[in-house]
Amino acid sequence: MIQNSPALIPLTLLATAISIPVLALKKEKFAFPIAVAASFFSVVLSFYNLARILDGARISYHFGGWIPPLGIEYVLDPLSAFIALVVNVVAFFVIWHSKGLQTAEVAEKPVPYYALTLLFLCGGNGIIITGDLFNLYVFIEIFSLAAYGLIGIGERKAPVAAFRYLIMGTVGASFYLIGVGFLYMVTGSLNMADVKAILPLIGRNPAVDVALTLMVAGIGIKMALFPLHGWLPDSYTYAPSTSSALIAPIGTKIGAYVIIRILFFVFGVSFVDKDFPIADFVAWLSAAGIIYGSVMAIAQKELKRMLAYSSVAQIGYIGLGIGMANPLGYIGAVLHILNHAFMKGSLFLVAANLRKKIGHSDIEKLDSTCLKRLPWTTAAFTVSALSMIGLPPTAGFFSKWYLALGAVDKGNWIFLAVIMASSLLNAVYFFRMLENLYLRSPKVRMSEETASPEGCDSAGAFVVPEGCYLTIPVVILSFSLLAIGLWNSAIVKGIILNIIPPGM
Amino acid sequence: MTDPEIYRSLLPLYPIMASLIAALLIALSARHVWLREFWTLAASIAKFSFILLLLPGVLAGKVAGFTFWEISPGIALALKADSFGVFFALIASGLWILTSIYSIGYVRGLNEHKQTRYFASFAICLSATIGVAFSANLMTFVFFYEILTIATYPLVVHKETPAAIAAGRKYLIYTLTAGALLIAATAWTYRLTGTLDFKAGGILGGILLSPGAVLLLFALFIGGVGVKAAIMPLHSWLPAAMVAPTPVSALLHAVAVVKSGVFGIVRVVGFVFGPQLMRQYDLNLILAIFAGVTIILASLLAFRQDNLKHRLAYSTVGHLSYIVLGAALLSPASLIGSLLHIASHATMKITLFFCAGAIYVTHHKGKISELDGIGKAMPWTMGAFAIGAIGLAGVPPLNGFVSKWQLGMGALHSGSFVPLALLLLSGILNAGYFAPIVYRAFFKSPSEPFCMREASPALVIPLVATAFLSILWGICPDLFLHFYSLAAQVSGSILGVTGS
Repeated sequence: MIQNSPALIPLTLLATAISIPVLALKKEKFAFPIAVAASFFSVVLSFYNLARILDGARISYHFGGWIPPLGIEYVLDPLSAFIALVVNVVAFFVIWHSKGLQTAEVAEKPVPYYALTLLFLCGGNGIIITGDLFNLYVFIEIFSLAAYGLIGIGERKAPVAAFRYLIMGTVGASFYLIGVGFLYMVTGSLNMADVKAILPLIGRNPAVDVALTLMVAGIGIKMALFPLHGWLPDSYTYAPSTSSALIAPIGTKIGAYVIIRILFFVFGVSFVDKDFPIADFVAWLSAAGIIYGSVMAIAQKELKRMLAYSSVAQIGYIGLGIGMANPLGYIGAVLHILNHAFMKGSLFLVAANLRKKIGHSDIEKLDSTCLKRLPWTTAAFTVSALSMIGLPPTAGFFSKWYLALGAVDKGNWIFLAVIMASSLLNAVYFFRMLENLYLRSPKVRMSEETASPEGCDSAGAFVVPEGCYLTIPVVILSFSLLAIGLWNSAIVKGIILNIIPPGM
Repeated sequence: MTDPEIYRSLLPLYPIMASLIAALLIALSARHVWLREFWTLAASIAKFSFILLLLPGVLAGKVAGFTFWEISPGIALALKADSFGVFFALIASGLWILTSIYSIGYVRGLNEHKQTRYFASFAICLSATIGVAFSANLMTFVFFYEILTIATYPLVVHKETPAAIAAGRKYLIYTLTAGALLIAATAWTYRLTGTLDFKAGGILGGILLSPGAVLLLFALFIGGVGVKAAIMPLHSWLPAAMVAPTPVSALLHAVAVVKSGVFGIVRVVGFVFGPQLMRQYDLNLILAIFAGVTIILASLLAFRQDNLKHRLAYSTVGHLSYIVLGAALLSPASLIGSLLHIASHATMKITLFFCAGAIYVTHHKGKISELDGIGKAMPWTMGAFAIGAIGLAGVPPLNGFVSKWQLGMGALHSGSFVPLALLLLSGILNAGYFAPIVYRAFFKSPSEPFCMREASPALVIPLVATAFLSILWGICPDLFLHFYSLAAQVSGSILGVTGS
């Protein structure tokens, strides 16, 4: 049983997703505990998987006992185990948090909501673990279809945003599929490791170049790599807060992960860096995306929309690290997948809390009443914001640090300047928000019951009027950024250094 | 000069933790005014005592150091209380005790809001300052340097007025940009040398780079630490930050934060680049020119300020560049003078700020033109002010004279009369912009008479104490805290290695 742990996560999630509508048919309130339990189970399994490969091993799991390249292979290596863990942990906190929101955001629809959530996670975990190019496509479709649904549940404009995402997402997936087709034509295999072994024997072949380009373009849409990010801002803004909190940290990261897999573990470092320098292209696009996303984020008036544009920029960090195609940039990129998942997850949950408790997440209208009414949420926002800006000792600083080292290593001063400039732009839009939360006095005087008798000096009270479901996951996510920052070298040395792509 | 012996000890961590824990305790005792103030005082005394414990070892050539875990492969978070670090930490933490007493008097006198945030941020700032002082490598330095930036922000915007918020924005723009430059410089240095450990005499010694690249690296570093050191044209956040409560201006914007900047410059010059490289690429000349221009321009700008705190701020900008100039001249005497001036300027300028705050609390006056005849009402305060002003102009027997004398000697050793002339001119300018204040206070009669009220003892005692310390260390610079010996040790270690 436990030998099957690589396949167990997607399968469990799939089975639960399908059975939720049945099990919760009579009583809708069952949906939440089932979803949380399934998610928790996947977290535990991810930990177990990670423990299995801590020595740097690569465990190949043959689906149904068929030997690859004929059968489908699931690959458990430090990279896939690590990313799966990140995804499942963040998802667990978001699902936990969703209990507090349910009534406000996805009223009347908990059953389909949780079923879709688990389906989404099933797709995500499948994408991460699979070692087969076509199987990857299947999971991308599961993943994306669930995402369209999750977004479409939201407010009035959400279906439009979801439809737009659907069109673009489908185009992306088709690009990817055509790319796989070309590759299959040339190599005769769909197994990633197999393709990697065959490709050097083929030599230069235009079909390979076309395949790579199509695949990167297709996944680039999923990843929201600038300028293919068009679907993202609307989707994140109009989706229910809990969906945004789920899709923002996970969705684009999985795209980034697929890019890493394809570039470095299918086509190989020297091919994408020297023979057909698409890595460089990705890096420059990402650099442009970092600046574009940050500038657009500054222009936004609504928190979720601001976070959405900030995501475009942050995806740029990851793309930049990947595109540098050197070990330090790669470390930065993989570490930033973790950091950004935690930061963005926590920030979107903060936005959800604000919408639930204050009634809006309009930056211009927020003031210091938030601090009094939602002290923990505000604290969580502060920590995550400082991490986004990249101030020590938070995790964000280290993403910046490794990326800076990578840029210096590559000798590209423009990338270095972009990274530094971006952290300043981040500071602009996050401090604008922090200023409002801490310093702006409310226009209307608070009513007596909300105002504490001592006025301002009462932040020390440890009562949680904010609700446990809303607070605890946010606080854990954001404060763990400090721990991740301080002990990041354990992650880098224990996991990421074990899986530096060969030839980098 | 042999390298000091390093022994493993957690002692450098204690002073950092002392105020960090205090910040937590302050936050927890938000409802109890007395308790909150007690924690502040207790932490400041504990912190100073811990640093005092380090002093004998350092004087004997034994340095306490501790390496924590690796923060990034190959780079550890490490503390090392070398003579330079102890020197700076002694000043900052010693003056924190006095500032704490003063702060309590100040916030009570004005009945300030959000005192919990104020005291907690103050404590974190001091933790970060000591962290900066004891950093054993650039990474740790960047760490604490950035924490200091963020911890100071709540103090700058403390009043929450539009002016304060605007000042806070300006402060953040300057300091965060500086932080980004510093990180870039650190990353580059790491790729060049493979190490980030501070080493007397420099770690960049053997690098092969084009002169342009060296200049760029130096510019990144100075851009990074120069903002806090307020070298022109990076200074304008400092006068703006004067909107903060006076104890903040006194300790942070005259001692802890800005001195972290000049401390960083000396670290960069002496412990990263090293004297040889500085001379080889004429970097010291560039730094000296910037410092010289800043000294004169800041003094001239100080004349135009009617707001007392703004005048003091511009005076600070000028005096910080004395220290930078001393570091740039790279002669033994100039380095000693430079370090001593960190101490001298600290005691003198904090006195002046304390006085400005006492006047504001007691009589609600912040403009120089309103101070006519105030000396009769506040003899102790204005007496101390006069002492501080005289000291900053460089008149014996105050400690300002001692450090300036050393700087002058250093200038002569470097073979150029220009720095000496600058120092003398600046002394005259200092006298020029401080004399009118003292004159107005004591010899002009007020348009409407002041009520004859001296500030409360919590305000007067610290400012008299700092004025007294200025005189004491003017007469005997090595008294109690051995500033002179420490400064000589640091200068010897920086210059001794290369044998100049």
